Amino acid sequence: MAHQSDLIADDILGYLKSQEEKSLLRFITCGSVDDGKSTLIGRLLWDSKLIFEDQLAALEADSRKVGTQGGEIDFALLLDGLQAEREQGITIDVAYRFFSTDKRKFIVADTPGHEQYTRNMATGASTADVAVILIDARKGILTQTRRHSFITSLLGIKHVVLAVNKMDLIDYDQTKFDAIVADYHTFAKDLGYRSIAAIPLSALRGDNMIEASANTPWYDGPTLLSHLETVQVEQDAIEKPFRLPVQWVNRPNLDFRGFSGTISSGTVKPGDEIIVTASGQTSKVKDIVTFDGNLEEAIAGQAVTLTLEDEIDISRGDILAASDAKPDFADQFEARIIWMHEDQLLPGRPYLIKMGAQVTNAQISELKYKVNVNTLEHMAGKTLELNEVGIANISSDKALAFDPYDENRHSGRFIIIDRFTNATVGAGMVNHSLRRATNIKWQEMDINKGARAYQKGQKSAILWFTGLSGAGKSTVANLVEKKLHAMGKHTYTLDGDNVRHGLNKDLGFSDADRVENIRRVGETAKLFVDAGVITLVSFISPFKSERQLARSLVEKDEFIEVFIDTPLEVCEQRDVKGLYKKARAGEIANFTGIDSPYERPENAEIVVSTADQSAEKAAEAIVAKLEEFGVLGAWYPDI
Amino acid sequence: MQPNLTHLRQLEAESIHIIREVAASFERPVMLYSIGKDSSVLLHLARKAFYPAPPPFPLMHVDTTWKFREMIEFRDKVAAEYGFDLIVHINQDGVDQGIGPFSHGSSMHTDVMKTESLKQALNKYKFDAAFGGARRDEEKARAKERVFSFRTETHRWDPKNQRPELWDIYNARINKGESIRAFPISNWTELDIWQYIYLEQIPIVPLYYSAKRPVVERDGTLIMVDDDRMPLNPGEKPEMKSVRFRTLGCYPLTGAVESEAATLPDIIQEMLLTRSSERQGRMIDHDQAGSMEKKKQEGYF
Repeated sequence: MAHQSDLIADDILGYLKSQEEKSLLRFITCGSVDDGKSTLIGRLLWDSKLIFEDQLAALEADSRKVGTQGGEIDFALLLDGLQAEREQGITIDVAYRFFSTDKRKFIVADTPGHEQYTRNMATGASTADVAVILIDARKGILTQTRRHSFITSLLGIKHVVLAVNKMDLIDYDQTKFDAIVADYHTFAKDLGYRSIAAIPLSALRGDNMIEASANTPWYDGPTLLSHLETVQVEQDAIEKPFRLPVQWVNRPNLDFRGFSGTISSGTVKPGDEIIVTASGQTSKVKDIVTFDGNLEEAIAGQAVTLTLEDEIDISRGDILAASDAKPDFADQFEARIIWMHEDQLLPGRPYLIKMGAQVTNAQISELKYKVNVNTLEHMAGKTLELNEVGIANISSDKALAFDPYDENRHSGRFIIIDRFTNATVGAGMVNHSLRRATNIKWQEMDINKGARAYQKGQKSAILWFTGLSGAGKSTVANLVEKKLHAMGKHTYTLDGDNVRHGLNKDLGFSDADRVENIRRVGETAKLFVDAGVITLVSFISPFKSERQLARSLVEKDEFIEVFIDTPLEVCEQRDVKGLYKKARAGEIANFTGIDSPYERPENAEIVVSTADQSAEKAAEAIVAKLEEFGVLGAWYPDI
Repeated sequence: MQPNLTHLRQLEAESIHIIREVAASFERPVMLYSIGKDSSVLLHLARKAFYPAPPPFPLMHVDTTWKFREMIEFRDKVAAEYGFDLIVHINQDGVDQGIGPFSHGSSMHTDVMKTESLKQALNKYKFDAAFGGARRDEEKARAKERVFSFRTETHRWDPKNQRPELWDIYNARINKGESIRAFPISNWTELDIWQYIYLEQIPIVPLYYSAKRPVVERDGTLIMVDDDRMPLNPGEKPEMKSVRFRTLGCYPLTGAVESEAATLPDIIQEMLLTRSSERQGRMIDHDQAGSMEKKKQEGYF
């Protein structure tokens, strides 16, 4: 019996006291509707008495109307949330279910088993400590079993329940059960699980769900519920070194300065020495402040506020750590990534990474390989599509503090956010920091950028010409360079077509290659700026985010975006290179303006058109602007 | 080995984490206060999250003008006692048109005085994040709700296009005009709420406790006659009965249950021994199948 009815009726105060010691277990169920997953969860809810009379009435009515059990109660109907799904009979998202017994409260992440929903399973697994993997006893280990196991292990789940369901349909045959379990152990040996509990079940008939079944006398293990009530999940977090990611600086008045956050691992006591990972400053814990009074000690999982002995600079995003066991602190690291969006991952494109309270711009610098979630094979690839998993090197603008995810599941985990749509496009787990991040230091030169530009009587800058094919970018850039040259300025032009003959000849025109194309050109232009040169770059550069990337590589006033705003009709009419005609005929794919988008600049420093004025006039206007911006005058740097 | 945190302490810490995260990530957060038991817990958690400072956001009550009188008294007392900045918003257009549950039915009343009114208030004060006390166990449509639930500029929820939410990392990025609804007690059940109220001795509206109250029975539901705006049918006469409320809303739309439970342990005992789920007393769910989901898409919590 899930709840002690007698105690509730006779001694409610005694019952309430006993409830105060209850623990919490979060688990995920993996399997498809066909495996009887909804029936299994429905039955756990049912047997722990958490189905109320009115819900039961609705369930009975629904079972008659749309049930699949011939008028018998269809537990699966308890679970489906959204109306459309009810009609289709499938679950399409993560749903959370709750039930409790006298020993534990349970939070169940219910996720679908279809391949296209890897995203949802990863989401559900992220907060779970145990995975219940359903297997249809008639079918044994299937591709989806492998997929579910891989994803749960990827997210760091260490305990698995192999729920071999529908035993009634194979006459409770022990030999078949043993064969399935042996198969699974062979397959799962490299997945890093600490425990695998295999239980023969019939969710529909109730065998070994709550009470031991008379149909499986050969099985002497626990029932599903009793296993879930007693399985020991990691208390590890408490035994790891102390970490507290600062969420909030609590400053009600000048006399109080506290740092609030949830302790992600370890324990802390007043007097403990802590270090702020980013700044390296140290201090000692003064008090552990809570609404319920100051604590003698706080442990992983508690949300507290710490005050320190010394006034040191700490803000949201800092990690307070045990001073003798610091986390890694790096701006380059290797991570496994799950892609969660229809727009593919583009290496080189700047994304936002949110790791706890730390947020920074970052790029996937290299996708090392993809992992086939069904076979676990490694495959080469340049991008990740929705629901694909890969191992990648990441480089971030700011260094981040973390522990490898496999060492500390409460650290080294992050989400990837698209900077323009704000969508959560991926999730990642850090494998390790990259050595080169800590070992390669910037070489400081005595003669610097300012000195070089000063010698030339100019200020170095990038003039980034963007616009459609045929807009007149190269023509205008050429004229501008001629004028600057005549004025005695030192210039260089990086032309889109020319660069593709050499440095970028290995790149095509897919979105991923376009991003890489721009990244290389941006980095090259940056070197020219460092050399003190006025650098003209003439590229279609259709994506806002890539122009933003190029802009972010140099100082704020060193990037001047020149938008050659010539309408598509005019460009197509000119069709100097005959490319529009080919694109219209379908001979060229991914042609900007035709079947690949051009994202118009919104805040370009200079906008000119060649539709209503000559290229010469446009060039004159640009040079006038450069005078105005102070690029052409000598300036006096700090040398 | 050291003891792990109990289930209520884990839930508490998770909620505090969420509340702090919202306060740190948004410019103008607000805590929606419905005066019910879930709101009382939410308020208590907010005080814990920022102690010794007061919570850095106001409370807002969207008043339909049909709440029980004891709720309003309780609201004003709580705000004053804890020093909260309380905003009360009433949809004046609705009041001018005389919209009410008796004259216009529950659906129209809820739509104008609650859903529309809430949108009005969010627009008026330009709040970019609103805390709500919804729980995933309340109703099937809520089981899939995110903790940070994204809303468009017109406050719509799109169940097919929700941001995946992993670990305890919440995506707080929005554009101007967009907002999020944040649900810090998503993972609590009704039983957790009651146990926590008991453990922490959190004050709740007296209507939750049984007392003799004037009620009439309509379609099998006991409706309390809270003021003289309630039209009585021919032959209908309020009777004094020992009743209490499992959930609180507008008084004409909230059914009472006959009960003798006058203390918290009594209430929890009754809840565990009877078998009727809590939203049954709320009539808006019964209008049509899947009605909650529809209301959520339109901007109701």
